[in-house]
Amino acid sequence: MPEPAHKVRVECIVNGQSVSFEAFPLARLLDVLREQLGLTGAKEGCGEGECGACSIELDGALVNSCLVPALQAAGANIRTIEGVANHDRLHAVQQAFITHGGAQCGICTPGMILAAVNLLERHPRPTESDVREGLAGNLCRCTGYIKIFESVVEACHDMTSSRKSEHRA
Amino acid sequence: MQTHIIGKSLPRKEGREKVTGSARYVDDINFPGMLHGATVRSSAPRGRIRAIHFGDGIPWNEFTIVTAKGIPGKNCIALLIEDQPCLAAEFVNHPEEPVVLLAHADKYLLEEARRAVRIELDPLPAVFTIEDSLARKEIIWGADNIFKSFRVEKGNVDSAWASADFIVEGDYETGAQEQLYIEPQGMIARANPSDGVSVWGSLQCPYYVHKALSILFALPKEKIRVVQTETGGGFGGKEEYPSMIAAHAALLAWKSGKPVKIIYDRAEDMAATTKRHPSHTRHRTAVTRDGKLLAMEIDFSLDGGAYETLSPVVLSRGTIHAAGPYNCPNVRILSRAVATNAPPHGAFRGFGAPQSVFALERHLDRVAQAIGIEPAELRRRNFIHQGETIAVSQVIHEPVNMDRLLDRALELSDYHAKRRRLAAENSTGHIRRGIGFASFLHGAGFTGSGEEYLASEVAAEATREGRLRVMAASTEMGQGTNTIFSQIAADALGLSADQIEIVQPDTAAVPNSGPTVASRTSMIVGKLVENAAHEIQQKLFQEGLLTREYSAQDFAAACRRYIDAHGALESLARYQHPGDLHWDDEHYRGDAYGAYAWAVYVAEVSVDTRTAEVRVEDFVAVQEVGKVINPVLAAGQIEGGVAQGIGFALYENVVWQEGRMVNGQMTNYIMPTSMDVPPIRVFFEEIPYARGPAGAKGIGELPLDGTAPAIANAIAHATGVDITRIPVTPEVLLEMLESVHA
Repeated sequence: MPEPAHKVRVECIVNGQSVSFEAFPLARLLDVLREQLGLTGAKEGCGEGECGACSIELDGALVNSCLVPALQAAGANIRTIEGVANHDRLHAVQQAFITHGGAQCGICTPGMILAAVNLLERHPRPTESDVREGLAGNLCRCTGYIKIFESVVEACHDMTSSRKSEHRA
Repeated sequence: MQTHIIGKSLPRKEGREKVTGSARYVDDINFPGMLHGATVRSSAPRGRIRAIHFGDGIPWNEFTIVTAKGIPGKNCIALLIEDQPCLAAEFVNHPEEPVVLLAHADKYLLEEARRAVRIELDPLPAVFTIEDSLARKEIIWGADNIFKSFRVEKGNVDSAWASADFIVEGDYETGAQEQLYIEPQGMIARANPSDGVSVWGSLQCPYYVHKALSILFALPKEKIRVVQTETGGGFGGKEEYPSMIAAHAALLAWKSGKPVKIIYDRAEDMAATTKRHPSHTRHRTAVTRDGKLLAMEIDFSLDGGAYETLSPVVLSRGTIHAAGPYNCPNVRILSRAVATNAPPHGAFRGFGAPQSVFALERHLDRVAQAIGIEPAELRRRNFIHQGETIAVSQVIHEPVNMDRLLDRALELSDYHAKRRRLAAENSTGHIRRGIGFASFLHGAGFTGSGEEYLASEVAAEATREGRLRVMAASTEMGQGTNTIFSQIAADALGLSADQIEIVQPDTAAVPNSGPTVASRTSMIVGKLVENAAHEIQQKLFQEGLLTREYSAQDFAAACRRYIDAHGALESLARYQHPGDLHWDDEHYRGDAYGAYAWAVYVAEVSVDTRTAEVRVEDFVAVQEVGKVINPVLAAGQIEGGVAQGIGFALYENVVWQEGRMVNGQMTNYIMPTSMDVPPIRVFFEEIPYARGPAGAKGIGELPLDGTAPAIANAIAHATGVDITRIPVTPEVLLEMLESVHA
């Protein structure tokens, strides 16, 4: 008989704050975020890593939190949708999703926005195929992705022009 | 006064909550002391329940357990009729039919318990196909397995065959399709005899759930409350099934005395909830050698699954749309929805029309081929014009210009040049390219006298601050209800959209504006929003509190004075059926819909003949939907619908085994990803519809109708393969390619 699992204490950084929680080592990080930390922006769409609705950033990589064991969060730097806006100031990607119709029902939106933000941090000037590939792990049933692509391109322009104006300033 | 709100792409009203992750969906909500609920389901397609066994090793005394015996009122999910039990009592009629409900505070233990319950059945013979059901291999529903049938007759079909130059026959099938909203279904309930039953959940139609709960609990209407939480997509999948989940959560809450939450995981959602009806259509068409349609005989069958649910109305829409936007003098459509021992099929965007339109538009390309004319020319010679009659003998009084839509779509897609060039290029290489199109219509609102019976209502209330609160049961599920209603009300009052508040659908607070289905929200309910707003304005005019030209401040001051004098400033708009719309339900003829959207869609595809994979390379969608209220939202509806249509045409294959979906996971039921969609180029022609709010017609379902046949026609053009069923998966196409080239 295997030993019954014991809860372990995990310490990590979530959205810039030190966080500590107790969980079974193989508990899904998605459940910990939603149920223990109250971060319900990550959604469960499939529970098997196909839909990307539970996407978060873990040490800068976009992951499906439904497939990440809680123990793997130990010492990690995590960003969820709740950490994307700068207090009341929306991220350029969030603003673009509102303006350009990137969000419809909104259930894939937190994961999709994190995927887009993650993409633009890796590729500040993505090609169309970069955008398609960068979002390929996030399913959307409402938009047909077209307005999401437009939102990402628009956010990219906004970020580029704001960087330029910062340089000038 | 604020003007020009209509036609402007105002940002989505609830957009900020959605992009920040703060929007609250049902699984984001918890009540103190809440239990989790689970459903134990039938493993067999049909049988008599002999016993229910509760296995060892589970502390059953900690569980709330409900079976059919624990239902206070009638054991049914009331919809059109009351044939579907809430919990199977003596017989099960499909796999995954609910039999036992369990609740516990620990959802992990709950899942172990669910697996420990075994339902012992004496199996009964079952029926799984339309053909076996029609052949009455077993009688599994009613006297003859038929939920509903229709006959449409126009002219005299029988006399037309003799004068035909060509008679073309065809046989077409479409498969089931899963709605695959990304938020699985879920409900939370509170229930007890003194307060009644309240539910919160992901749903499209609050008053459908309300009616079902009232009958299930034998409680008066005022004891039932249904609240819609933010809904992560519906597409029809949350039209009727939420009543079942609400009923289950409420029964567990009633028995336990605690709030109960039921959230389906993806596997349960795909296995148990409704899908698009599989269909089988036969066409027989008489045509002259110059391409004039003489007669169309259409035989249309739907697989309804084990209970009636919405099958009669799905069949109705599919039947009425089966002969398309054409003026054929002689038409006969015979249709029926039949029972099989599969979970009931249900509403899915398009509601029967995508099935019959696929058959028709694929068939017309085959007719064109048979007589040797261009597919576009065949359509052009038969398009409906203003003043002519469609199959159900409805005279189209609105301006309709299918020729213009066709010209524009073919020009934008460079159709004619590509049609010639691609055919020439296809003789070499393993990539074959093709281009095809479909022409179609989609009626907005409930069919026939449906809107008259619904008699929808919308209420409005002005506040002392000069804001307008709009109260309707029409739900936001991503399609833009909140934003569109705000624009319509703001336009009617000359206010900014920020001054409009859309009240959360809650049966305790909003009147019944009908279900959020049938492309009716903008056109039918939107008109009521407009009327309710106008009534508020009229009251202020009549009291002399407002003059024709006013500012937002003037409006607020007038509202304050009115409320001070009268206590409140409210209005209620009721649907009035236009006196010139007549529908004969017995003969299935007349004004089936108040208005139609008209469209022509063009698809360009490439087919890799080595792998039989199809890619949609370009897509042009041209439609006339009346006045477009919000261009970004409207285009979003079309683009999303086209993507679902691409899935319907190419990828989304429900694999059945004895009435059970065996590929019920996102891993092996494939929907389009960001890598799979072509550029989807959306164009609107705008002919304002006099009876629509600010001239708008319905739009939501339209794109599902024409996408799949346009793609199928393009594949046929690319490969020469005679596509007659969808989805055209690589497995299916490979077999067909081999048979063509054998």
